[in-house]
Amino acid sequence: MQIINEFRMTVDSKSINEGFSRAAVAAFVAQLDPTLDEISDIKMAVSEAVTNCIVHAYPTSVGKIYIYAAILDGGTVKVSIRDKGCGIMDVRQAMEPLFTTLGGERAGLGFAVMESFTDKISVRSVLGKGTTVTLYKKINGRAAV
Amino acid sequence: MPVRIISTRERVTAFLEGEIDHHSAADIRMDIDSALMQYKPNLLKLDYGDVTFMDSSGIGLIMGRYRLVQSFGGKVLVTNLSPQIYKIMQLAGLEKIAKISKREDVNSADNK
Repeated sequence: MQIINEFRMTVDSKSINEGFSRAAVAAFVAQLDPTLDEISDIKMAVSEAVTNCIVHAYPTSVGKIYIYAAILDGGTVKVSIRDKGCGIMDVRQAMEPLFTTLGGERAGLGFAVMESFTDKISVRSVLGKGTTVTLYKKINGRAAV
Repeated sequence: MPVRIISTRERVTAFLEGEIDHHSAADIRMDIDSALMQYKPNLLKLDYGDVTFMDSSGIGLIMGRYRLVQSFGGKVLVTNLSPQIYKIMQLAGLEKIAKISKREDVNSADNK
């Protein structure tokens, strides 16, 4: 699909940037005139992916999180969130609802939320090299409501 | 302050505000837990009326508080949820551990 518009940004893996990252992507997507539900779905999915980078990819250090968003022909939004952190040993297991390596305060629902609130998700991960999560969501917009 | 807390011996009520994510959940957790440890109430009520955003960190927050409240025999009640947040909580199966209910006026806030 053809790219209509795109943007990139890099943020430090500090938890204060969770809110900034989802707000930045939401502001970029605003040009498609999305409904509040669509915006909320995107914010939630981006927040999960960025939190994973902070909590899992760089557990003991501050690294970089590379965020890319594009608006594709036909009104689909593509967002990829990439890190150069520790990588995921078993992606399928990591994506199972309620699976978490941390326990306690983490619900193990990050990927389940990303899957539920977007149309498509792909995860590529190499141990010791990092992880890229790519999310796709078609925005129908307020005109369609 | 992302949370305002009113405590009695019977009930701790926490009014959550703004955006709940991994970043803000840490402070909210500390404030609620210190009230819970002090009062050990029968009921923890979490009021989501002024919450504008929540991701799965908000689910972890409830699960963690449920474990603590349950350890002294109390219950958890989650009220005033927006339709969107209600949907995530259902997805997470939170109904099994807490009574959850939606906001009374569902028409205004979510589809302006």
